[in-house]
Amino acid sequence: MKWSAISKMALRSLMANKLRSSLAALGVLIGVGAVIAMLSLGAGAQKDIIGRVSSLGTNLLMVRPGLRRGPGGVNANSFRNLTLDDAEALVAGVEGLEAVSPVVSGRAQLKYFNKNTAIMVIGAAPTYFGIRNFEIERGRAFSDLDVSGVARVAVLGPATVEDLFGASDPLGEMIKLKGINFRVIGVLKAKGDQGWFNPDDMAIIPYSTAMNRVYGLDHLGEIDVQAMDDVDVTSVQFGITQVLRREHHIREGDDDDFTVRSQAEMLEMTSQITGTFTLLLGGIAAISLLVGGIGIMNIMYVTVTERTREIGIRKAIGAKRRDILGQFLFESVLLSGLGGLAGVLFGTGLAKLITALAGFTAVILTSDVVLALSVSAGIGVFFGYYPARRAAALHPIDALRYE
Amino acid sequence: MVKTYELGGSVIRALDGVDLDVAEGEMLAITGPSGSGKSTLMHMLGCLDRPDSGEYHLAGQEVAHLSDDELADIRNKRIGFVFQTFNLLARATALENVALPSVYGDAGESVERARSALETVGLADRMGHEPNQLSGGQRQRVAVARALVMDPAIVLADEPTGNLDSKTGTEILALFEQLHAAGRTLIIVTHDADVASYCSREVRMLDGKIVSERN
Repeated sequence: MKWSAISKMALRSLMANKLRSSLAALGVLIGVGAVIAMLSLGAGAQKDIIGRVSSLGTNLLMVRPGLRRGPGGVNANSFRNLTLDDAEALVAGVEGLEAVSPVVSGRAQLKYFNKNTAIMVIGAAPTYFGIRNFEIERGRAFSDLDVSGVARVAVLGPATVEDLFGASDPLGEMIKLKGINFRVIGVLKAKGDQGWFNPDDMAIIPYSTAMNRVYGLDHLGEIDVQAMDDVDVTSVQFGITQVLRREHHIREGDDDDFTVRSQAEMLEMTSQITGTFTLLLGGIAAISLLVGGIGIMNIMYVTVTERTREIGIRKAIGAKRRDILGQFLFESVLLSGLGGLAGVLFGTGLAKLITALAGFTAVILTSDVVLALSVSAGIGVFFGYYPARRAAALHPIDALRYE
Repeated sequence: MVKTYELGGSVIRALDGVDLDVAEGEMLAITGPSGSGKSTLMHMLGCLDRPDSGEYHLAGQEVAHLSDDELADIRNKRIGFVFQTFNLLARATALENVALPSVYGDAGESVERARSALETVGLADRMGHEPNQLSGGQRQRVAVARALVMDPAIVLADEPTGNLDSKTGTEILALFEQLHAAGRTLIIVTHDADVASYCSREVRMLDGKIVSERN
């Protein structure tokens, strides 16, 4: 009962000077808002990337040339040690493989009459479509015959078709890919823009054509491998590593000159990266929260000084130290708590705005909101404690004499 | 009681051996020029401070060496203050001001007691007003009601009419007489001889000592 009266008094004190209270809470509001916005953007990025990696399928293994480096990734074309022979060796020597596809990639300008577009081009085997879950909407994928014949045929993504052909049917039409004539034989089914790249905006051509006619390459950028459904992926990974070490004549004890990554590892890696990224963003935002707390402390010191007389009166009529301490702590927690609440709304709105404007997704997690609210209450307690203690320690006689 | 202060290097004996007995139901005036120690004595009597040496028995309880929390409790339940500058909370109504001591007491906020205290001082019709809506005399009445709400052993008034005009001051003193007639123990600290004349007993102080008494 006493505390409901004290809390009423605290609320009334805050309301008495709305401008000052709002300004004090503003620091916490901005801090919490920034933290919420950053954390939700981080969570959104994580969801995006994990979704993308997950959609690759659990059986996918990617072999890349070059040493296992950090999460940064490496330009595949700068390492030349992955060859078609390697791909053939895998087909022959590794157990439990469903499909294998050599992969090269590059960018190219595609032209159709007066329309052109710059896109990514993948050179691969017919197995690539199955490995990477690409479905054909119209026409057909190319065949082994097309590969052995170095055919100039292309399967286009729906966005590329849109850009070059509009609504008309592209099948059978001739386009220029890097100046070379190609016939469109198929259109991919849409996969949906995934923010970071658009899988609907590309072309897939036979790897032989890509290597010999388009890009002049003698090495591969990647070998994609699909393991059989009921096979242990790590054993397949091991098998691949063994075969390639033999092919590349790597001595016992030396490092691999290639990397084999499973989807699980990719997930782990991207989780870690985005997790760190989120923490970093959140941490920076938290600095502003600290400043908000200092603002609260500042205002509370001023308030205590201003109300010295009032504190003296209260003590004279019987308020104990803890009554005064409690009242002022209540005020500071109320300030920071309300600031935090408003900050959650502000941060949510900010995240939604950024999503609408920049295309990043934002995922607002309940756990983040709860964290932000508890932190803002904690800030009220921590930064309000010292001013409140000073108030409680005032000597009633001195306080009553204060002008 | 003895109370000394240090001020700028020199030691001041604010109370230099004061012996005082106050009977229940008395109306006592403590007078003297400034610096005589009457304010210090009031602080002691009001348990706002402790003497350096000596004893203080209030309603049969020795209170001179209690802890801060215990003193706060004594102030809450056994003592009522009336100040020269009224000392009401500006953002609370008269009723809330009068009820404030009960908020800090054990029994919790008591609006009924506050109401009856306001009736005693004749301000029942102004309960919902805030201090800035009341005249000086009315504010002091509210302060008196606040001093009475916990049914204290003594009511201590420090220059209660100092900020009031003579007519209003007289009204307040008349109120005090009323309370005295009803059995309250009142102690008024003042330098004004007219105010002191309302009291049946007067104690004069000079330089920290009681120098004379009138009955």
